[in-house]
This record gives sequence, structure tokens and C-alpha cells, in this order.
Amino acid sequence: MTDPSLIWSYLAQGPLLWLTATLVAYLAGDACFRAAGRQSWANPVMIAVILLASLLWLTRTDYATYFEGAQFVHFMLGPATVALALPLYDNLPRVRRAFLPMMAALTAGSVTAVASALAIGRALGLDVAVLASLAPKSTTAPVAIGIAERIGGQPTLTASLVLLTGILGAIVATPLLNALRIRDWRARGFAVGVAAHGIGTARAFQVSETAGAFSGIGMGMNAVLTAIIAPLALRLFG
Amino acid sequence: MIMSLAVILGFQLVGEVASRALDLPLPGPVIGLCLLVASCLARPALAHRLRPVTMGLLQHLSLFFVPAGVGVVAHMALIRDQGIALALAIAGSTVLAIGVGALVFVAVAKLTGSTDASALKDAGDD
Repeated sequence: MTDPSLIWSYLAQGPLLWLTATLVAYLAGDACFRAAGRQSWANPVMIAVILLASLLWLTRTDYATYFEGAQFVHFMLGPATVALALPLYDNLPRVRRAFLPMMAALTAGSVTAVASALAIGRALGLDVAVLASLAPKSTTAPVAIGIAERIGGQPTLTASLVLLTGILGAIVATPLLNALRIRDWRARGFAVGVAAHGIGTARAFQVSETAGAFSGIGMGMNAVLTAIIAPLALRLFG
Repeated sequence: MIMSLAVILGFQLVGEVASRALDLPLPGPVIGLCLLVASCLARPALAHRLRPVTMGLLQHLSLFFVPAGVGVVAHMALIRDQGIALALAIAGSTVLAIGVGALVFVAVAKLTGSTDASALKDAGDD
């Protein structure tokens, strides 16, 4: 029999192992999510991330090695974003009718997300570089990183804060919006998309296609607005 | 299926090129999304052909965030240093932003008469 360490060194080199691990971890996360009755706290992204992080730690694999395999899955974020066009197209009559509420909710949600994050962060003593990384956390990752770089933040830290915001938003949205007695799927989806970008949108699609479509729009619109608001808010709170 | 994927990737490609060439604040895939909506409006048959593949992609939208999510762990030391302040800032602002956004949406929809009975959540489910 071949020495197991040789097999391991073969696996550690190619993308096969970590690509497979990513899919299996997601399936496990999704199975937990279904077993928990599709409750938002059993977020499949969070479960998969915890499983994979533990596995990386146990095998002493660094993130760069992992990402060589996982990049094929990561790449699909782009096409999946383009695919949001279909639910948006299907909901277009609804979207047209909701133009004013959307603009108002976008402005309110986006300003609240940036300003309250900076206000809380500053009150608790975060330094300016961290605040600059925190400011764009509610927007989709590629945009957030671009904004953070422009206002003096750290791109890697921003990417992590964006992910944490998305997972948290996906978990709190359903109980929070139920407590506020908001029954309008358009409002529920849109607010989640503005505050918690793509991960919030993925959650919205789990519960309602209308919520998902409006969440996708909220995410896209907030990408533009945060680029304008974040530098201003940082000057105010930084 | 291959044709649908090629069309979707094509829209992303055009979006990426436009984003860079025109120095737009929107990322390429979001521009691709807007262009695809416009194309579906011009040719509804396109939406019909793409639907099976786009629905397949969106059903597992969560999956595509996993690799970036594992990156959080790579930066754990950085996050741990200022952990509590960051956690409170993220949690506080996300809860506030979702609540404020949804309440403002509902209030303005009522004010402008753009409520939509067909988009209401049934009282029974969660």
C-alpha cells in the first residue's frame, strides 16, 4: 500500500480535495438547515464555513491552498448575480409600482447601516483604519473592497466584515421583521438586500421569490449609494 | 444548458468590460444583471430559455459565498483583536438598518398608495 503521506501530498496539491470538501460542507449545511425546519439561525453558509474552517485547522492547510480548489465555486458568484436578472424581470411590474418606497427605504437603510456602524465603532474605540474597513460592510464584497481601499481601509478585513454582516443579517432578518409585524414581502426583501447584500438575498430567496427579487434590487442599489455615503460618513464620524 | 450558461457569462463579460472601460462604481456582474433585464424586456423569449439555469443557480446562491466565508477564518486574528467592538458595531447597525429600511418602505408605500396586496405574507406562516 502507498504511504498515506504521499497520497496526502498529491491531494494537497490539486483543486480536487478542497472543491469536493466545499460542496460536501455546503450539502451538510443545507441538510442541517432543512432538518432545522428552514429556520434562519441554521444558516447553511455559516455551518459550511465552520465545518471547513475546522477541517483546515485540523489538516494545517492555509487559506490560499484551500482557495485554489474553492475558487471554482467562488467564481459562480458572478454568473449567479447576473441570474438575479430573471426574478427582477418577472417582478418588474411590482418594482415599477414600488419605486418611491424603494428609494426612501434605500436612503434610510443605507445611511443607517453606515452611520450606526461608524457611531458604535467609534464609541467603542475602534481606530480610523478599522472604521474605514467597516463603513461599506453592508454592500456586496467587490464593491465594499473598492470603497474601503478608496477611504483608507484594509481590503482583507473589509471582505471578512462583509461576510459576517451578511450571515448576521440572514439570521436576524426573519425574527426581527416578524417582531416589527412587517408583512409586505417587498419591504422585507428590500431591507435585507440593502443591509445584508447577497447572503441576505440568498436567505430572502429561501422564503419568498418576491422577497428575493426585491432583495437583489436593494443589494444592487446600495452598492451605488454606499460608494457616495461612506466617505462622507467617515469624515463625520472618523 | 450550455447555451444558457454561455449567455449568462456573456452578459457578465460585457458588464466587466463596461465597468472597467467606463470606470463605473458598479461591479461587472451588476451591470450584466441590468443589461440582461433590458434584453429580456426586448425579447421575452430569452427569459423563457434562460429560466431553468438561472433558477438552478439562485436556488443554491448560498453555496457560492462559502469560499469567501472561509476567508473570515484566515483573518480571525485581526478580528479577534477588536472582536467585541466589531461584533457590536456589525450586529447593532445590521439590525437597525433592516428595521429602519423595512419600516420606511411600508410607511412610504402607505403614503404613496403603492401597497400591493399580492405581495403580502400570509399571517399563518413564518
